[in-house]
Amino acid sequence: MCGIVGLLIKNPAMRDQLGELMTPMLIEMAARGPESAGMAVYTQELSENERKYSVHAPQWDYNWAQFEGEFIKRFGTDAQLGVKGNHAILTCNEPAKNVKPWVKQSFPGLHILAAGRAMDIYKDAGHPADIAKRYDFPKLVGTHLVGHTRMATESAVTPDRAHPFTAGEDFCLVHNGTISNPFMIRRKLEHHGIEFETDNDTEAATRFLEWRMREGDNLEEALRKGFEELDGFYTFLIGTRDKLALVRDAFACKPAVVAETDDYVAIASEFRSLAHLPGVDNAKLFEPMPEELCVWSV
Amino acid sequence: MERVEPSATRPGTAAAERSFDLAKGTVRELNQFLHHELPGSGVKHIDVLNPKGAHSIAVGIDHAVDIDVRGHGGYYLGGMNKFANITVHGNVGWGVAENMMSGTVRVKGFASESAGATGHGGLLVIEGDASLRCGISMKGIDIVVGGRVGNFSAFMAQAGNLVVCGDAGDALGDSLYEATLYVRGRIKSLGADAHIEDMTDADHSKVGELLKRAGFSYDPTEFKRVASKRSLYHWNADAGQEY
Repeated sequence: MCGIVGLLIKNPAMRDQLGELMTPMLIEMAARGPESAGMAVYTQELSENERKYSVHAPQWDYNWAQFEGEFIKRFGTDAQLGVKGNHAILTCNEPAKNVKPWVKQSFPGLHILAAGRAMDIYKDAGHPADIAKRYDFPKLVGTHLVGHTRMATESAVTPDRAHPFTAGEDFCLVHNGTISNPFMIRRKLEHHGIEFETDNDTEAATRFLEWRMREGDNLEEALRKGFEELDGFYTFLIGTRDKLALVRDAFACKPAVVAETDDYVAIASEFRSLAHLPGVDNAKLFEPMPEELCVWSV
Repeated sequence: MERVEPSATRPGTAAAERSFDLAKGTVRELNQFLHHELPGSGVKHIDVLNPKGAHSIAVGIDHAVDIDVRGHGGYYLGGMNKFANITVHGNVGWGVAENMMSGTVRVKGFASESAGATGHGGLLVIEGDASLRCGISMKGIDIVVGGRVGNFSAFMAQAGNLVVCGDAGDALGDSLYEATLYVRGRIKSLGADAHIEDMTDADHSKVGELLKRAGFSYDPTEFKRVASKRSLYHWNADAGQEY
């Protein structure tokens, strides 16, 4: 069991309430996943040449100043670092193909959780309420959010195996369920030069769908290919720079409920996560059908 | 838990009303009242306020009482119900009225998966749609759904009746035993060992009576009857496991 939550704000005036509305949704789903939690937030997009990286350190009081100094020394370029304990958002002009190998080699203890122009990720092991407090989730501001509370079924409880998982740029996925053929997917993708960072089944699904999109599929086409190739039980909630997508497998063994108003689209594993939202009593409430594509644009 | 003082809204039954506000108290307190304090209390009607999708509201009741849940319920609402008459003024999560023995559970909105699962008796009415696996393994309950039912409904259903006023999804009645299914709309596909049979006069009167109790005014002659072919009943060693 795991909990998924998502929120896309349609009414621009409400974007500064994004984290405030979402945090109780996440905490309510702690009963479905008390071990780890994570949140991807889509903020204002950086310019074409800028990139930002969500970086996770093994200690809360990590020496980020040293990291920043070394980064500037290596790349000779300015960088901004927004630090929240063991997480830092690094903003710079360097593409992932330069930054990722350098971090891996020079700072092997650090883990790049996300790369792109819009998405920040915070995830860690611990109770979702503690994690929300640790990273100030109520203060998150942006267009949409993807969150998860984890109850592990098949790989260890560690920060890097918490959800959301990411691949490529500004692409993230959270999962409730179990993929039965992750190693088959992994072997297939490794032939295409795609590297994996964990032994987690959700990582395989994430990398598969992002790979399909890099191969030219749009999000909907990639998800349809996922129905054919990803075996197992799943409710997936997927974030891209401008979209949220929600799908359930053919047997729909894992729950999802959606509340849509003129102001927002809110998604959760269970209605109790949505009960506090303003205007939810008059929202359009529904549960996606098996293999139905539910996609919302910012 | 704040309990509202008995109101005098019903003349002569001043103590017969009770209200539980789940914004101020817990589901456990509500259920403990229903299990231990309700008998002999004279309470005939209970309002449950602010359910906000909480699980296990009004489960395991063993006494006649009318309950109105004013909002959306979570999982297992009215589970194991005996004698009580429960109305939900909203939607419900998974497993509403699961293993119900008798009484009535009515959902004004939609019901999520496995509505009425393993129910032995009583009447479950879902005025909106029911999701997948409605009536899975039902054992004598009557279920009437105003809208459609999702895939795998009445899977391994053993006894009772499922009346669907809308459409049915894939694999309706897979591995069906002796439950009978009546569908007014389109059936996307039938499950293994389920087939459509002719409606008899007895079917028409049974469907008519269930529709009447559920508060729907459809014509029973619009319904199709789905029942078991009974070919999966016995292990057939000669079939080479090809069915």
